[in-house]
Amino acid sequence: MFTETDTLENVDAAPSPTVYGGDDGRRTRTVGALKVTAEATAKRMAWVAQIHAVRDNQDRSAFAELFGYFAPRVKSFLMKSGASPDLAEECTQEVMATLWNKAHMFDPAKASVSTWIFTIARNRKIDLLRKQRRPEPEDLPWGPEESPDQADALGLAQETEQLGRALATLPDEQRKLIERAYFGELSHSEIAAETGLPLGTIKSRIRLALVRLRHAMK
Amino acid sequence: MMNDMKQIKHHLTEPLLIGYAAGTLPEAFNLVVATHITMCDDCRAALAEYDAVGGEVMLDSDPVTIAEDALAATMAMIDGGFGTDKPAPVRARNSIFPGPLQDYVSGDVESLKWRKVGGGVSQLVLKTSDDASVRLLRIPAGTKVPDHGHRGTELTLVLQGAFTDEHERFGAGDVEVANEDMNHTPIAEAGMDCICLAATDAPLRFNGIVPRLAQRFIGI
Repeated sequence: MFTETDTLENVDAAPSPTVYGGDDGRRTRTVGALKVTAEATAKRMAWVAQIHAVRDNQDRSAFAELFGYFAPRVKSFLMKSGASPDLAEECTQEVMATLWNKAHMFDPAKASVSTWIFTIARNRKIDLLRKQRRPEPEDLPWGPEESPDQADALGLAQETEQLGRALATLPDEQRKLIERAYFGELSHSEIAAETGLPLGTIKSRIRLALVRLRHAMK
Repeated sequence: MMNDMKQIKHHLTEPLLIGYAAGTLPEAFNLVVATHITMCDDCRAALAEYDAVGGEVMLDSDPVTIAEDALAATMAMIDGGFGTDKPAPVRARNSIFPGPLQDYVSGDVESLKWRKVGGGVSQLVLKTSDDASVRLLRIPAGTKVPDHGHRGTELTLVLQGAFTDEHERFGAGDVEVANEDMNHTPIAEAGMDCICLAATDAPLRFNGIVPRLAQRFIGI
């Protein structure tokens, strides 16, 4: 299943920025207009398959692949959020162990892999760095008819990739501001009312799923 | 609660959703946000998007070196039974307190130890980290809450009943986000006591000498 690893790493090395705009430096910011390469989506779907391999077979080599890609980024995020290197290291290992333990709860139609791992890292950060409880919204009773759908999972992976690319094409100043908000360098009152984040697609997808769920619960 | 969902008109702001997704809000605010999202599908969907932004910001962070034995250490942690799931909290159905709030409040409206704060209004302060505070407010039907301004941000989420502030109506599930420029005088609607969950990151500042004196004693 993971024989495509080499190709995936090539994708990583060449994020193909040429689709974003002309040589006058103007870049399109319309999310829908950003091309998402098949390779980039395949890479995200490979992460999904790896988490499922962990869930179904306690597959250690699939876990090692996820670890190799995500652990250095989780640690980087935690350090930028104010953790010392030692604490970030400890926290990262706990995040990855949590990924293993909670693999059965991962639903690729509701959150993409990068999003899911981010939420685990964020929650560990609050626990370890801020020593606070984290009130969470009540889980919804997604029934069997709402079980993960391959097309939904693929759609969400594509949209998340689009979102990542749209972020990358924001003007530097605006992108830095958003990063600082996520690293905790800005309080909510310092975040402007409108960040100009190019949003909408994922929200619509989740909204549709919620409408279907509410309908099924009637 | 299902019926209320369709009527929610006042939602969380983008800075609050980002702060919640990023994990940078005080616990008291997190409680109001999590409670509102439990009641509001629009904000639940919006949060999914802000979580996704966080994921992409994390993916985009320059990878740093991790300890050489990190993978082995993590596998050892897993084999040692790290973080075996805690049982899900027991939650009452048909409570006016949505799930996240039930973890902070034990009992129902009538059995809680409300403290009178004047003008017929009662409150119950909930225990959170001290970078902000959160309380339940019970405002008898038709009662006016003393005019007050804010030094910081105040979030007021309606759990039962409704209040009107200036010309806007806030019903169950609606959240009012007030900042320091705002003086407001919420009035509970007739018919039913209004119960709200209110969080603030600074003491409320009541206008007028009597409320201000009262404030010193009741600590709001």
